[in-house]
Amino acid sequence: MSCLSIKLPGLDLKNPIMPASGCFGFGREYAKLYDLNVLGAIMIKATTAEPRFGNPTPRVAETNAGMLNAIGLQNPGLEKVLSEELPFLANYNVPIIANVAGSLIEDYVKVAKEISAAPNVHALELNISCPNVKTGGIAFGTDPAVAFEVTKAVKEVSEVPVYVKLSPNVANISEIAVAIEQAGADGLTMINTLLGMRIDLKTGRPVLANGTGGLSGPAIKPVAIRMIHEVSQKVSIPIIGMGGVQSAEDVLEYLFAGASAVAVGTANFVDPFICPTIIEELPYKMHELGFEHISECIGRSWKQHAKIAYSRT
Amino acid sequence: MKKAWMTIISQTNIARNIYEMTLEGELVDLMSSPGQFVHIRVTEGFDTLLRRPISISCIDKENRQCKITYRAEGKGTMLLALKQPGEKLDVLGPLGNGFTVDELQRGDHALIVGGGIGVPPLLELTKQLNRRGVSTTHVLGFQSKEDVFYKNEFAYFGDTYVATVDGTYGTEGFVTNVLEEIQPPFTTLFACGPTPMLGALENLYPDKNVYLSLEERMGCGIGACFACVCHLQNDPEGYSYKKVCTDGPVFRAGEVVL
Repeated sequence: MSCLSIKLPGLDLKNPIMPASGCFGFGREYAKLYDLNVLGAIMIKATTAEPRFGNPTPRVAETNAGMLNAIGLQNPGLEKVLSEELPFLANYNVPIIANVAGSLIEDYVKVAKEISAAPNVHALELNISCPNVKTGGIAFGTDPAVAFEVTKAVKEVSEVPVYVKLSPNVANISEIAVAIEQAGADGLTMINTLLGMRIDLKTGRPVLANGTGGLSGPAIKPVAIRMIHEVSQKVSIPIIGMGGVQSAEDVLEYLFAGASAVAVGTANFVDPFICPTIIEELPYKMHELGFEHISECIGRSWKQHAKIAYSRT
Repeated sequence: MKKAWMTIISQTNIARNIYEMTLEGELVDLMSSPGQFVHIRVTEGFDTLLRRPISISCIDKENRQCKITYRAEGKGTMLLALKQPGEKLDVLGPLGNGFTVDELQRGDHALIVGGGIGVPPLLELTKQLNRRGVSTTHVLGFQSKEDVFYKNEFAYFGDTYVATVDGTYGTEGFVTNVLEEIQPPFTTLFACGPTPMLGALENLYPDKNVYLSLEERMGCGIGACFACVCHLQNDPEGYSYKKVCTDGPVFRAGEVVL
């Protein structure tokens, strides 16, 4: 057994590193740069029932230690993802996590039902936390009752385990996480981007055409670590952590906080080879710290120490 | 496309906030088409985080050198302007599809129009066209006299006209004012510059062979992030798109919505 392998619901991961949804397209671009087979899994771009163009440009803006994006879930739609994108990824021996988005619960159900039946989709990531779309998206992820309802509806039709992506743009993330677990989710992915904004001093207007956007990158890592540390002690389903992961050290910090695997997002844009680089470095970093298997790292921050009391609990 | 370290050979301030940097490395072996760009990581830290897309203004395969020309405007390009010869840069490239020169034959005449920081990639273009026996007329637009650069470099390859918005150098106004004046004969137009300039050229020459190089904010530069997409013209449903980074940056006039 490799020191990096881990089994999660639906996912037999050879290592805990995967590109995050929205930062890797459907793998085609990166497949030109390296062999995708090295990846633990791939979280593909959000898929909606119908094709979606997304928001007007400019859609990205840089910020200190991060970036803002307002892509708006642009994707070719369910039909094309099933007929063109997933067959391309079937050439690789990598589990695929399909990110499912929609405007109504019926949309989520339709996409989840059909995409989960694709032979190389091993799990779903339910996108109820995108801050850049006006309908659906974050509206589903900020209310525990609605999050429960959409998760339950998708669970009923999905042929593969369902992970739900949590929004950090809430007052009490544990409350949402617990509701989602109660609805039958098999795992959580966290966190999505933080809602942010930048203003151009020359024009006096927001830099992004959409006004606001989702903040990602190293700037949000401490927020994600705190939330995973908190939520992983409140739920018994596994968490795939993400937000500003740039190095093997970052991965271990996420595992220590309570994540069982880690997704890399914005860093792919900074260094397109970041995933294979981290996968290569991780065993050395673990060895340096005295760990033989990544399972020993999961939740280490709270398993061996007294629990940190959260202000809201 | 490759990610490699390139060595800075020289760095020169050639106009107000405009810098020309010579880079050396094996990445030059992959460069061919004028109009392609490189994606440069300016710092190894997190500030600034994203790479900067910068156009290639000269390819010198023999010496494995290339020139990039950029405007130091934001934090990233200002940090780039502080780099010294001898330092190494993390460069991803060459990226994008540049201008096609193969369609033009000896004896053809090309019109080349550049605006501001859109001027640099056109220098390698005119060099390659002239090497093929294609004659070129150049019209370059800038804000003011202090912003003018590469006039002499272009003049080496063909007639070169300059317009400045404030009239402190060349013709007062825009490149279109020059074009109305000189009425150049040409078979193909190549242009790079601000979107309003590209739109004006598209309208001015609806019956000509016109290629436009677009600029857009980019995340990844390789087609994965969907930050730099644009709509297609003649697409009633509005779902079709092109990515400036990988489908462009050069498009045929009429292909995408400017």
